[in-house]
Amino acid sequence: MSVLELDTPTGARVVDLSTSSVRELNAALHALKADTNATRWQVLNPRGRHALAAGIDAPVTVEIDGHAGYYCAGMNKLATVIVNGNAGVGVAENIMSGLVHVKGDASQSAGATGCGGLIIIDGNASARCGISMKGVDIVVKGSVGHMSAFMAQAGALVVLGDAGEALGDSLYEAKLFVRGSVASLGADCIEKGLRDEHRALLASKLEAAGILGEVDIGEFRRYGSGRTLYHFHVDNVSSY
Amino acid sequence: MCGIVGLFLKDKTLEPELGALIAGMLGVMCDRGPDSAGFAVYGAGAPGMVKLTVRGPEGTDFAVLGARIEAATDVLVSVSPRATHAVLTVPAAEEATVRAALAEVAPEMRIVGAGSRMELYKEVGLPSQVATRFALDTMSGTHAIGHTRMATESAVTTDGAHPFSTGPDQCLVHNGSLSNHAGVRRELEREGLRLATDNDSEVAAAYLTHRMKAGDTLGEALTHSLDDLDGFYTFVVGTESGFGVLRDPIACKPAVLAETDRYVAFGSEYRALVDLPGIEHAKVWEPEPGKVYFWEHAA
Repeated sequence: MSVLELDTPTGARVVDLSTSSVRELNAALHALKADTNATRWQVLNPRGRHALAAGIDAPVTVEIDGHAGYYCAGMNKLATVIVNGNAGVGVAENIMSGLVHVKGDASQSAGATGCGGLIIIDGNASARCGISMKGVDIVVKGSVGHMSAFMAQAGALVVLGDAGEALGDSLYEAKLFVRGSVASLGADCIEKGLRDEHRALLASKLEAAGILGEVDIGEFRRYGSGRTLYHFHVDNVSSY
Repeated sequence: MCGIVGLFLKDKTLEPELGALIAGMLGVMCDRGPDSAGFAVYGAGAPGMVKLTVRGPEGTDFAVLGARIEAATDVLVSVSPRATHAVLTVPAAEEATVRAALAEVAPEMRIVGAGSRMELYKEVGLPSQVATRFALDTMSGTHAIGHTRMATESAVTTDGAHPFSTGPDQCLVHNGSLSNHAGVRRELEREGLRLATDNDSEVAAAYLTHRMKAGDTLGEALTHSLDDLDGFYTFVVGTESGFGVLRDPIACKPAVLAETDRYVAFGSEYRALVDLPGIEHAKVWEPEPGKVYFWEHAA
């Protein structure tokens, strides 16, 4: 293994991408077993490279010190991946479980098709955040761009800032909570009331993201599917 | 795909490094577009003089070309060759005379750009090699834009390479594809504009030139293009003193902006920006769809 691994005082394995390749980094992470002792990893000099820490299937923590490129932490399972910077297109795409935490902004399609786990974005996420999400929870502390939660099927999207045009277009059963303004709702996405069960759900997502108590749950509005696109309706025939 | 880079300097002390910085950014974008590359650099100009960037066939002897133009016009032509291109510096009052003489004595030459400060170079080939051929890293100036092309809408030729320049000191690079370029082209041609290629991106450049000729600022011209240009695009645009960025409202094509006290930088991906000085402390953000960004030096 040519990946540079140094035991630091914290016990973390350090992979410096100025001397190791992304392929070597990912190969080392893929080789980890569920009971590995190498549970802490630090990635130096990411320089916006693509597919960093993608495809991990082990309960380890990987901290990336800088900006990440496309598809960072894609397909993540069990791991915690922390990006100390911005993330490019498709961060945590198809995440299965675990946690992906972006300390800066995320580009388009954050958490696309995610099946489980949690994504926390401290900054803004741009267009199509949570597109076709299938069970992942996404908490965005800033705003999300247009077409967010497009065709979202399950899970929750929590936005502390604003949402762009066409939020929740063609939405299935994902639950959307937005604290700020919504530029427009997409087809079949409607505002729904915030009942106690929804407050409890929202509280649990905020707690998971470590910000319960920092924001007023009463300021959020809930959006969900109007369920009019579920079945063929002859009045809509020209739209199909 | 295609890759775009741009760098607009605020700090004059960086000006000697402009070419080296943009060459590095262009090199990183090779794998977004390996077909051809080009760049425009806004360097020094002389009062009353115009720089014509001309492109000729491989092996063109530009010193001889300059002498032939001088013989035909009695105009003193200063010639700075770089590989297949050369910058001819002539008195602004004699620009039309020199253009006519060039068409007469060397019809195989093509003028790819003109202006008081802009120089424009483009060729087919791997972008990093194109940059090396033209010694981009030795150039200095206030701002520059560059492009690496993965051809989609027209052939892999030098004519199809970006940037496209359709007005003095104006140029544009484009990542994407326009869906209504044929219609816009007809409108522009009806207005009297002459386009040199079949490329959709040249239509976008000509559209902006047309708007600015009609009195728009760069920012206003970019705002109007949101109404009139359909398709996918990220544009980066240079003028004599300005630098603009625009993404289509769907934001199909990627873009990253970075700003520090010393510069504004654009890249299709953050990777292109990593070697800029102080980038680790820059404000880095994704430009919003349908929002016009532009910066201008005091004229």
